[in-house]
Amino acid sequence: MDEMKEIVKKYVIDEYMEEGDTIAYDTPLISGGIVDSFSMVSLKRFLENKYNISIPDDDATPEAFDSVNKIVDLVNRFIKK
Amino acid sequence: MAYSDKTKGIYQETLKGIRDAGLFKVERFIHSTQAADIEVEFPVGSTLKKAINICANNYLGLSSHPDVIKAAHEGLDVRGYGMSSVRFICGTQDIHKELEHKVTEFLGTEDTILFPSCMDANAGFFEAVLTKDDVMISDRLVHASIIDGIRLAPAIHDTFKHSDMAHLENKLQLHADKRLKVVITDGVFSMDGDTAKLDEMVVLCEKYDAMLFLDESHSSGFIGKTGRGTHEKCGVMGKIDVITTTFGKALGGASGGCVSGRKELVEMCRQKARPYLFSNTIAPVVVSGVLRVLEILSSNTERRDKLEKNTEFWRKGLKEAGFVLKDGDTPIVPVMLFNAKLAQDVSRDLFEEGIYAIGFFFPVVPQGQARIRTQISAGHEIHHLEKALEAFRKVGKKYNILGKTKEEIIQMYGN
Repeated sequence: MDEMKEIVKKYVIDEYMEEGDTIAYDTPLISGGIVDSFSMVSLKRFLENKYNISIPDDDATPEAFDSVNKIVDLVNRFIKK
Repeated sequence: MAYSDKTKGIYQETLKGIRDAGLFKVERFIHSTQAADIEVEFPVGSTLKKAINICANNYLGLSSHPDVIKAAHEGLDVRGYGMSSVRFICGTQDIHKELEHKVTEFLGTEDTILFPSCMDANAGFFEAVLTKDDVMISDRLVHASIIDGIRLAPAIHDTFKHSDMAHLENKLQLHADKRLKVVITDGVFSMDGDTAKLDEMVVLCEKYDAMLFLDESHSSGFIGKTGRGTHEKCGVMGKIDVITTTFGKALGGASGGCVSGRKELVEMCRQKARPYLFSNTIAPVVVSGVLRVLEILSSNTERRDKLEKNTEFWRKGLKEAGFVLKDGDTPIVPVMLFNAKLAQDVSRDLFEEGIYAIGFFFPVVPQGQARIRTQISAGHEIHHLEKALEAFRKVGKKYNILGKTKEEIIQMYGN
């Protein structure tokens, strides 16, 4: 769980943030303006490839992607299925 | 009447919010032709002020060129004023086809289709050629009109960091399973004046079987040794799948745009692109002017050569004066001020000195990146640029920013 959190956090920082900036596990990503709705596509695809899952579009909502914690919860739902 | 007090109040409140945020845009009225020397009414109602224009997209100084005006007059006399029809009903003249052929020849592509503007070309292209099984991968700094086109398309969209080829390659790998892939970039980026790494992008697109889309609005006519554009500069002519460009900037500056590229893609636009299908094309008078522009540019490189020299002179002068510039070699030369209010104050003071240059700040450029975007033209003579440099030095001295670093300017004014 913690390992997944670190992987997701690192991806978000590398992908969307300026050098030197960082986030916490509960930092709002979409509502906080760090990740825009366009960019959710690459995040979703990254998670699907990395964890060999398929996240239906209906579940890939801005709310479900709004923090590292929420993303990890979402991924775990589909890994367990 | 359905425009109730409630409705009116909502809009008044919204407009007030724009004003309060310092983002309210006002127009300055020009009472002369578009050229290096203009006469400006600003603020509204004030007496006319003579100014040197260094913020037009009139890169080649052709907006008011006598030969172009003459050709437009002739076009008006021979082919009339309007078409009163979209292209596929009865709105296509011989000169529209002639212009499409000439643009194809000029850009070194396979075919071309005209659009009412490049905004329309960008807004219509992606929806016409892509499906939900495809992916669009765009540079994060592409022009707003491309973003609008992307929003209208059914394909998924992803981005890569500005000009970061390793990141682009990651994205091409991530989306390798998609039916079609399109990589999207500007040739010259309008706010920073830097150039896309097209040679590297062509290699990546070939490696990952992706099409390459290029917006040349700030390049066509003057970038590259014979002014064909960024693809000429980067040595990849004939290797770009789609080029969109405008006739509203260097190529006469009136209006109109096009999609130029692979035959099948152009044909798809002719069948499916909505701005082409549901709007009149470029008026005959403008078509005639653009035809003359292409003739001028194909006969010699005098104007783009002069622009190159002017740009070198301008960049060197600003650097020596001690301004912070964005690096590059294009006629778009951003003078970085970082703070939005400082950019507006400097713009206002420059106007007092007879120099017309506009401050750009968030949301047009990223937060903390406010600037004066200067744009050089072949229509400028050295005396114009010398006068403008003198004004920049005077205003720069007033605000104590000459010779200061980015950090020092931010320390003084914030960002």
